[in-house]
Amino acid sequence: MKKIYIKEEFCIGCRLCEIYCQVKHSKSKKIIKAFKKEQPDIISRVLVEEIGHNSFAIQCRHCADAPCAEACISGAMLKNDNTGVVTCSEDKCVGCWSCIMVCPYGVIKRDYSAGKAASKCDLCVDEDIPVCVKNCPNEALKFFDTGKK
Amino acid sequence: MALKLNQSEFEIQRDLQKCIVCEVCVGQCSNDVHEYDKDDAAVYSESMNCVGCHRCETLCPTGAIKIKKRDAEFRENFNWSANHLKNIYKQAEAGGVILTAMGSDKPHTVYWDHILLNAAQVTNPSIDPLREPMEIKTFIGTKPSRIEIKKSGPRFKLMKKLPPQLELSTPIMFSAMSYGSISFNACNSLAAAASSFGTYYNTGEGGLHRDLYKYASNTIVQVASGRFGVDKDYLNKAAAIEIKIGQGAKPGIGGHLPGEKVTDDVSRTRMIPEGTDAISPAPHHDIYSIEDLSQLIYALKEATDYCKPVGVKVSAVHNIAPIASGIVRAGADFISIDGFRGGTGAAPQVIRDNVGIPIELALAAVDSRLREEGIRHKASIIVGGSIRSSSDVIKAIALGADAVYIATAALVAMGCHLCQKCYTGKCNWGIATQDPYLTKRLNPEIGTRRLIGLLRAWSLEVKEMLGGAGINAVESLRGNREHLRGVSLTNRELDVLGIKHAGEAW
Repeated sequence: MKKIYIKEEFCIGCRLCEIYCQVKHSKSKKIIKAFKKEQPDIISRVLVEEIGHNSFAIQCRHCADAPCAEACISGAMLKNDNTGVVTCSEDKCVGCWSCIMVCPYGVIKRDYSAGKAASKCDLCVDEDIPVCVKNCPNEALKFFDTGKK
Repeated sequence: MALKLNQSEFEIQRDLQKCIVCEVCVGQCSNDVHEYDKDDAAVYSESMNCVGCHRCETLCPTGAIKIKKRDAEFRENFNWSANHLKNIYKQAEAGGVILTAMGSDKPHTVYWDHILLNAAQVTNPSIDPLREPMEIKTFIGTKPSRIEIKKSGPRFKLMKKLPPQLELSTPIMFSAMSYGSISFNACNSLAAAASSFGTYYNTGEGGLHRDLYKYASNTIVQVASGRFGVDKDYLNKAAAIEIKIGQGAKPGIGGHLPGEKVTDDVSRTRMIPEGTDAISPAPHHDIYSIEDLSQLIYALKEATDYCKPVGVKVSAVHNIAPIASGIVRAGADFISIDGFRGGTGAAPQVIRDNVGIPIELALAAVDSRLREEGIRHKASIIVGGSIRSSSDVIKAIALGADAVYIATAALVAMGCHLCQKCYTGKCNWGIATQDPYLTKRLNPEIGTRRLIGLLRAWSLEVKEMLGGAGINAVESLRGNREHLRGVSLTNRELDVLGIKHAGEAW
């Protein structure tokens, strides 16, 4: 499957990936309106981690064994067998946070605005390229297929 | 502290309707212009620190920031311009030489803009380079005075081996920029682009990083007055060697890379202790005459088994023609001339803006002189010092150059916005800096791609212009000044350039 890969040596820590992720997951999908009217309710599903001059943007790795899907008690978190994408159906999520406890990358967050639901990267399935990759000014995020599931 | 008399040069306009307080500008500015205020949940800007590099403006996702030049606040005075006043205020405060970077920004005549190209009409056909062969390959190196050939079977054989030549797929090379003055990623981009396109880049005087050894066949290494990083490996990991005598932006002036820029890697590459200032003396202390220069040229040729062209780089100064003649007679295979408007990582402003002569005049003078003396074939001429477009390239070739050197244009291709603050080491574009926060801003993959894009675009344009003039090879245009005409130039300027005024036929 196509996944997002991180080239941390070129992450400049600008956080534009986070900004565009928030816009993508806003109601209006318009950057100024989303930030002026919908904040602080939109959660970025990509997270820039920084220590000193080292930084990288991390989002759900869509693991082959997906421990979050395994741990989900309500069947909200599912790994699609065909696409390999792990998604959380927010209406089914009961907010037990088991997924957050088991995620080895710490990339699932609580989203209280959606009524106790887990929020995570959906790989922008309706876009050709995820918005974080598309808007990274230094190509520190790459989206390609390595042939692995 | 006494009142500072200088005001900010730029004004930061933030459209609050558009600003989403995302803090991208805060993180991107190495000059601490933008600051996030927690209490007000707003970003405030201190324009005094702004250098006008436009990094924040370019990265702002909503286009909320505009960097504007601050209107002159002084009473109008033709003689005492705002620049003079600002410089005096600065110097009165600091008592030192004013540093600057990149090429001169003063409104001296740009002769390229007063030269027009010819095109074929009726009496000779123009050529469409997209449909007919067009050769822009060229060779740098000493050409023999005559060649002897022998027929062997159906083929001809050269009786004598040709002197070493550099084969250029396009008459454009990347000029000298040292590792230290620019980041490793910038050097890497230049090397990779030159290698992929079939041209050359120049290491400058900062030595050659081991990771770039793989681009040896597209590398020109420099031997300058500081002799940084020069050893046998260095000389042999190159396609050609260039002795640097001078630089267009600061003729007669040495170099000074501050200790802060001499990081672990730079120190290893330059072969000097970490954190020490890298000082290039103004002259080579072993070159006080043409004879001395000849000794160094032949020492380098000996060291490399006479397998590589050895050239000499000088800045364009008043006596450039006889100097060039001496250099050729000293045994140089090519001579690089760097014009008055050439760039630099750091130079005293007064030198940059007042010393040297424009490259167009220097080139015309040198080409004419070498022809008159019958030694033009003995050395190729490479010119640099503000080649801004493909038309500058082709005009330079018609004036007599074999190839051109570009450096500022290459940096601009990689993102440089000509803010002229290279010497601060805070380049927000990750080019002229060694700060690990900033160097990673230039992804060499992107840099290489953009440089190749520039070379490709200019090469296509050169072909178009050649075709339009009815010429199918760049070698046929070299020194063919009948293809040039001057506009708005005096008789004296036309004489030195060796071209006719527009309207004058053959």
